[in-house]
Amino acid sequence: MSAAARREYHRPLDLRRGRVELAHGAGGRATAQLVEELFLAAFDNEWLRPLNDAASLPMPAGRLVMATDSHVVSPLFFPGGDIGSLSVHGTVNDVAMAGAVPLYLAAGFVLEEGYPLADLKRIVASMAAAAKAAGVPVVTGDTKVVEQGKGDGVYITTTGVGVVPPGISLDGAAAREGDAIFVSGTIGDHGVAIMSKRENLEFQTEILSDSAPLHRLVAALLAACPRIRVLRDPTRGGLATTLNEIARASGVGMLLEESAIPVAPAVAAACEFLGLDPLYVANEGKLIAIAPAADADRVLAALRAHPQGRDAALIGRVTRDPDHFVQMRTGLGGRRVVDWLTGDQLPRIC
Amino acid sequence: MKFVDEFRDAELARGLAAAIAREADPARRYHFMEFCGGHTHAISRYGVTDLLPPNVRMIHGPGCPVCVLPIGRIDLAIGLALSRGVILCSYGDTLRVPASEGRSLLKAKAEGADVRMVYSAADALRIARANPDREVVFLAIGFETTTPPTALVLREAHAGQVANFSVLCNHVLTPAAIVNILESPEVRSLGTVPLDGFVGPAHVSTVIGTEPYEFFAQEYRKPVVIAGFEPLDVMQAILMLVRQVNERRSQVENQFSRVVNRAGNLKAQALVAEVFELRREFEWRGLGTVPYSALRIREAFAAHDAERKFSLVYQPVADNKACECGAILRGIKRPVECKLFGGACTPETPMGSCMVSSEGACAAHYSYGRFRDREAVPAPAAAVQP
Ligand code: SF4
Repeated sequence: MSAAARREYHRPLDLRRGRVELAHGAGGRATAQLVEELFLAAFDNEWLRPLNDAASLPMPAGRLVMATDSHVVSPLFFPGGDIGSLSVHGTVNDVAMAGAVPLYLAAGFVLEEGYPLADLKRIVASMAAAAKAAGVPVVTGDTKVVEQGKGDGVYITTTGVGVVPPGISLDGAAAREGDAIFVSGTIGDHGVAIMSKRENLEFQTEILSDSAPLHRLVAALLAACPRIRVLRDPTRGGLATTLNEIARASGVGMLLEESAIPVAPAVAAACEFLGLDPLYVANEGKLIAIAPAADADRVLAALRAHPQGRDAALIGRVTRDPDHFVQMRTGLGGRRVVDWLTGDQLPRIC
Repeated sequence: MKFVDEFRDAELARGLAAAIAREADPARRYHFMEFCGGHTHAISRYGVTDLLPPNVRMIHGPGCPVCVLPIGRIDLAIGLALSRGVILCSYGDTLRVPASEGRSLLKAKAEGADVRMVYSAADALRIARANPDREVVFLAIGFETTTPPTALVLREAHAGQVANFSVLCNHVLTPAAIVNILESPEVRSLGTVPLDGFVGPAHVSTVIGTEPYEFFAQEYRKPVVIAGFEPLDVMQAILMLVRQVNERRSQVENQFSRVVNRAGNLKAQALVAEVFELRREFEWRGLGTVPYSALRIREAFAAHDAERKFSLVYQPVADNKACECGAILRGIKRPVECKLFGGACTPETPMGSCMVSSEGACAAHYSYGRFRDREAVPAPAAAVQP
């Protein structure tokens, strides 16, 4: 579309007082205007600019990975982030956990009629900033509008593609007896940030979501230790649930050391107050790494050398266990199972 | 987790464990009931039983508010939510308790009922104020700890004339439940449940004080040690109980004296007395109908009593026949002795109330301790060198 053609709208979008209207999703002129004045203005890049139905992209050689993630977080704005930045980080991290370099993102928006355009603009700006900071452009997208009361402001689905460099093979089924288990930092920050905002809780120190893109940390880690077997980001269900998934997929057990698992004191206090176990609380900027025991020192050093892995810790070992139990030696010296999350204590966390 | 005091805790725990092992007489067995679900959870969550000698056994008691709520009471709430169109508010765990016809409040919500999870009674009142054109019912459960907050919102609703707010009251009383257990034939005459003493509740006792337990100590010759909810508190209480048994004492001792005193919180007691009165009887899951064991809302607050407001009639409903919650709540059986445990009944698909809350004996054992039910898999001595 030429610049001249784009100037044919009578009035620019009222991004201060305007609201999402059904027409914005109808595919007509109003949709085009929203896309151009809001989305393209924020995300602008050479692949998105032609506004074709599909972006046509150059791909480097290697194994292609693809991941998709829908975001329904409530509230849309939370301490340390918002649905826009979260939707970038969530998908970038899913791609990165396959050991891939994330290259492109696609974004689908479901907007609720009546949602303030000013807030939408904030979300889109934050999403664009997150994509830019991560170096992963949003190259195609889609917008739909649902009637008032049929949505909750904004839902965003993002899809990411990336390429795995040669020599890297990560797989949730690859953990082996004796392997070392690491976490890249404190756990539970994202979930507690959302909950404290949702419950209007004021803690002495504001707890911020850890929402962040992890692909650079992954690249540094894989460069230092290409033999890493498993990488996963413990989002919904937290560290406990992700470890159980890996244990089952790999046909192994695990033994964790409670005193080694990093939890920020403010998060621990908030969890106590909310009756939550930080092991089950979502993270959006942490990863779990499992590596052969012989590489343990190297992995820990590589994690800690990166700003996102400063608080990284070796938290346990993979064991032989026909029941695939994840067990933990408690701070007190007893033992317990660390089970799957039951039910959904924290709906709409991401 | 990584707190500075973790390592010190581990050291203290080792010290207490050594003392218990040293002082427990190898020629006899010790059976102590932790009354409270909070203690059940702490014991399982921290693996306290790993630190006890084999002849000191803990029996889980009935002090889990969600566990003792009978099916009929939840049916009342489900009925209100489904057919009377109210906004029904309650604590998270309560929503998952299985009721009649495989229902639960959560399933009623999926069927279209307006069921909301709240963190406090005050949240429910807030919802009522925000929805003046809807009836809002708070399903109140719990022992003496949660009663004062419910009393407070009832008083507030009354004073502020929040006409659309009412409470479906299921508050129950700790001493009545303990008497019921001590009076049960298994404990009293059959001797099938050996019971040498109680770990008494922490938070409940901050409200009611230690005085109500003196009766059990004297009348039933059972030592009681009130203990905090930290695992170290529990271990110290166990040591104190072992000592009482060894010295043939049966007294009320207070391990939790940093918070609990003899008289309790008189202001809270007065508040509760202003709003609630004793029910002549109340059905408990597991214990059956227990006289004077629960509270109901006083006449003066009748406008906010859901039972009066909606003319609710309680219908007792029998538990699932295979579910052993009743026997488990009375300390007669252990979770693994239930045929459904870990098969048909898991925390995802609870068949009985003890599998719902993490304070329930079945859920605590399933979630934290079930690795003990199989032949020990040799585990490395330490996962990580700290
Ligand atoms: S395992 Fe389930 S069915 Fe059996 S007693 Fe426990 S709660 Fe009831």
